[in-house]
Amino acid sequence: MQGIIHSIETGGTVDGPGIRFVLFLAGCPLRCLYCHNPDTHDPNRGEKKTVGDLLEEIACYKDFFTRSHGGVTASGGEPLMQAEFVTALFRGCKNMGIHTSLDTSGYLGAKATDELLSVTDLVLLDIKSFDPENYRKVTGVMLQPTLDYAERLARMKIPIWARFVLVPGLTDDFAMIERMADYLAKLGNVERVEVLPFHKMGEPKWKALGLTYALKDTLPPSAEVFEKVKGIFAIQGLAVG
Amino acid sequence: MTPEVAPTPGETEPRKIPLSVFEPSPANQSIPPFKTAKWQRQINVRDFIQTNYEPYFGDEAFLSPATLRTEKLLRQVQDLMKQESDKGGTLDMDTDIISNITAHSPGYIDASLEQIVGLQTDRPLKRALMPFGGYRVAVDCLKAYGYEISPRVKEIFTKYRKTHNEGVFDVYSDAIKKARKAGIVTGLPDGYGRGRIIGDYRRVALYGTTRLMEDKKEQFRQLDGTINEETIRLREEIAEQIKALKELETMGLSYGFDVSRPAANAREATQWTYLGYLAAVKEQNGAAMSLGRISNFLDIYFERDLNAGILTEPEAQELIDHLVIKLRMVRFARTPEYNELFSGDPTWVTECLGGIGEDGRPLVTRTTFRFLHTLSNLAPAPEPNLTVLWSERLPEAFKKYCAKMSIATSSIQYENDDLMRPYWGDDYGIACCVSAMRIGKQMQFFGARANLAKTLLYAINGGRDEVSGEQVAPPFAPVTGDVLDYNDVMKRLDTMLDWFAGAYMDALNIIHYMHDKYCYERIEMALHDRDILRTMACGVAGVSVTADSLSAIRYAKVHVIRDERGLAVDFRTDGNFPKFGNNDDRVDDIAVWLVENFMNKLRNKPSYRKAVPTQSVLTITSNVVYGKKTGNTPDGRKAGEPFAPGANPMHGRDKKGALASLCSVAKLPYEHSLDGISNTFSIVPEALGKCADSRVDNLVGMLDGYFAKKGHHLNVNVFNRETLVDAMEHPEKYPQLTVRVSGYAVNFNKLTREQQHDVVSRTFHEGM
Repeated sequence: MQGIIHSIETGGTVDGPGIRFVLFLAGCPLRCLYCHNPDTHDPNRGEKKTVGDLLEEIACYKDFFTRSHGGVTASGGEPLMQAEFVTALFRGCKNMGIHTSLDTSGYLGAKATDELLSVTDLVLLDIKSFDPENYRKVTGVMLQPTLDYAERLARMKIPIWARFVLVPGLTDDFAMIERMADYLAKLGNVERVEVLPFHKMGEPKWKALGLTYALKDTLPPSAEVFEKVKGIFAIQGLAVG
Repeated sequence: MTPEVAPTPGETEPRKIPLSVFEPSPANQSIPPFKTAKWQRQINVRDFIQTNYEPYFGDEAFLSPATLRTEKLLRQVQDLMKQESDKGGTLDMDTDIISNITAHSPGYIDASLEQIVGLQTDRPLKRALMPFGGYRVAVDCLKAYGYEISPRVKEIFTKYRKTHNEGVFDVYSDAIKKARKAGIVTGLPDGYGRGRIIGDYRRVALYGTTRLMEDKKEQFRQLDGTINEETIRLREEIAEQIKALKELETMGLSYGFDVSRPAANAREATQWTYLGYLAAVKEQNGAAMSLGRISNFLDIYFERDLNAGILTEPEAQELIDHLVIKLRMVRFARTPEYNELFSGDPTWVTECLGGIGEDGRPLVTRTTFRFLHTLSNLAPAPEPNLTVLWSERLPEAFKKYCAKMSIATSSIQYENDDLMRPYWGDDYGIACCVSAMRIGKQMQFFGARANLAKTLLYAINGGRDEVSGEQVAPPFAPVTGDVLDYNDVMKRLDTMLDWFAGAYMDALNIIHYMHDKYCYERIEMALHDRDILRTMACGVAGVSVTADSLSAIRYAKVHVIRDERGLAVDFRTDGNFPKFGNNDDRVDDIAVWLVENFMNKLRNKPSYRKAVPTQSVLTITSNVVYGKKTGNTPDGRKAGEPFAPGANPMHGRDKKGALASLCSVAKLPYEHSLDGISNTFSIVPEALGKCADSRVDNLVGMLDGYFAKKGHHLNVNVFNRETLVDAMEHPEKYPQLTVRVSGYAVNFNKLTREQQHDVVSRTFHEGM
């Protein structure tokens, strides 16, 4: 089976625990205003690779994974655009005893079969906003599928590391964030929340693709606001990393 | 001597002056004896360590901050170093006293503060005059900083006394001179001290010079039977060694210490060991003057004194801090050209920490921690070149402490103990950057490195130099077609490598013959066994640029562009090709072939004193100079652009992240590069992980993983590119900014502008 791969980062340390082989899959149904990888939107823009070839490559790095408690992360783009491919890849990883993480917005959660989830050790769930209107403004799509997916993961007891990008003027409504924190705490399977401060490192990529970057005048959040938002999650008893 | 009590007072000699400033004296101490074993019957420091040391499995919580005395002393030293830097890099130079072990009267920084004493000359940071490696170089060094050699020394070295350098140039062939001039081989130690010999300085502390001289005299007697060229040379060498030990004793006395007897306590053991090392750096201006592996040895004395209640932890740390201050002050007179090759005024006072013993116990003690802790107490610095011998089996707490200190200071290099132990046992040290040798049992004939990229261009141009057009290698038909054919080029390259290996080995044989004759390392060799293993340590530069070039020829289409002289001076490459550093066997195998093939050619050449040929993949900072001297290469590198350092992939070509890059380098075979394979790894802190704990864990995991993949060496730099760019503009803001480059560390501000650019432009792993 083949997948379309945008790129590979063999020494990732910010997408799940330990040192990770991060596979950026091509294609994404969301159009987040702050996306820092707009070049991954196009599902055909990438290199075709077979599961077998990738597994062989991944096997090289097993020494690093076992010793750092790392593994493989499927990211993107939106990896669930190629759910079948990810299933085959993760199954191969599990056969080698390698930890697997799925980095997703959850919007295509319905495409994640029980079979895929049975070989997924951890889900990095990006929740862009907790307000449906705001969510649509940020991403262009609906919030509800992500919540359905999160609840399904909770029922299946698959751990979640929730991620939230704090963008001044866009996703910094404290009341919304409080509702999100409350929701995540009640799920029971959220092991950690990562609050990511907005940055503009993706801006040049938008320009290169001839796209307009809507947030060109937005600044990163102040340290004060950033700490406050982390506090909102922490107060719910969530581990904030 | 009383076999049960190790520190035997030197009772045979009447004491002339108050011997030691330290109490208790060996006669009235109440501290228990060391465990007896073979080490008392023979000179065997390893046996002493193995029977007496206790591994430490705990963490760094026990460590003490710098004492007030240390802080005061450090301020004085920092002030001196600032003066040195303000004066253009050299504070003072000796123009008249020809340095040797006893040439200078004792020197101090501030005798009221120093707990470990002894300087190379009579004043701190004053560079000694050492003309035996080469008179002209010594004169040039002085001139470069506005000094002039004294008429007396000039007369001696122009009228009466020949040097190593003169001997070499008397004998060099035209072929060698041409190769040297063209820069196909660079850094030959033909005008300076070769270095890369580690005396077993611990022997001075454990045995005292009286016992060591007795041993040497016995060695001399053993050679009575056969008199031939080999034994005559050895007898003369041993005679010189005995004289050097006697001089060490005299030098010790000038500082108030009787090193004729063994050290009696921690303080003396540290001081005695340092005096042994000091004698070496008074006598030799070697390219690398490494210390060896002293921490566990010293720890035995430290533990004994701590347990006996005559030493406290702050005092123990103070001794190590003061020793390290001294090691940071070692200086040699060197020319600006030398600095281009080995930038930043390095001395390679390499000290090995950690590793695992042959019995499986970790060679980690509290004193191992104390050495690393000097990076906190004394701020980061390039020297001593702290080298952690990494094993998967090192205690977790030690691994984490190393990673933590690396992240904070970028001052540590790591080498694979699990890979080296089967070759060199558990008492080897690292000379210079990556060269392992059994301490006191082995030395190397160090020598330069071969420019592989230029060799490839010679293969294409029929032995003519692509820059000068001169016929350097023996002439053969150049490539005439428009497009380079892989098999054709490989055949030519093979022939060229064979010629080159021969010319290179010839040069090294001449150099080491003359160095032994005119610039023999008396005291360092006095602290060796009689019969030692010698390696002929060759080297290669430009492995990645050459592998990428061959990959381009094989997997893309490389057109030759010739100039009016008919020389291939440029290339046009159509299509993609795999590049070294992406864990892609198609090109990584070519790199492996280069290393193995050149090594096999070296193995076939006769070597001086039956030295065993080895090679390193190491450039130090000479990758910049090599690049300067090499024309356009088929991989797309432009003439004059630097090579990657050591075994690193070319800048920016490792596109698949850190692990792929590490795995490519780890494929280079250590068995064909026993003198070491250097890899410099730079990463921004954020890419190591999100929080301090995960950064430490991930760095430990990365080191464990790299060495499990059989990688040999890793320099670890953790900082942002912006820091370096800012430091280039505002050096005053970063007086202690230490950067690991190929095999050693330098103060960033001491690099040339060109080399600073080179470091800044290197691949920084930034995660995604």
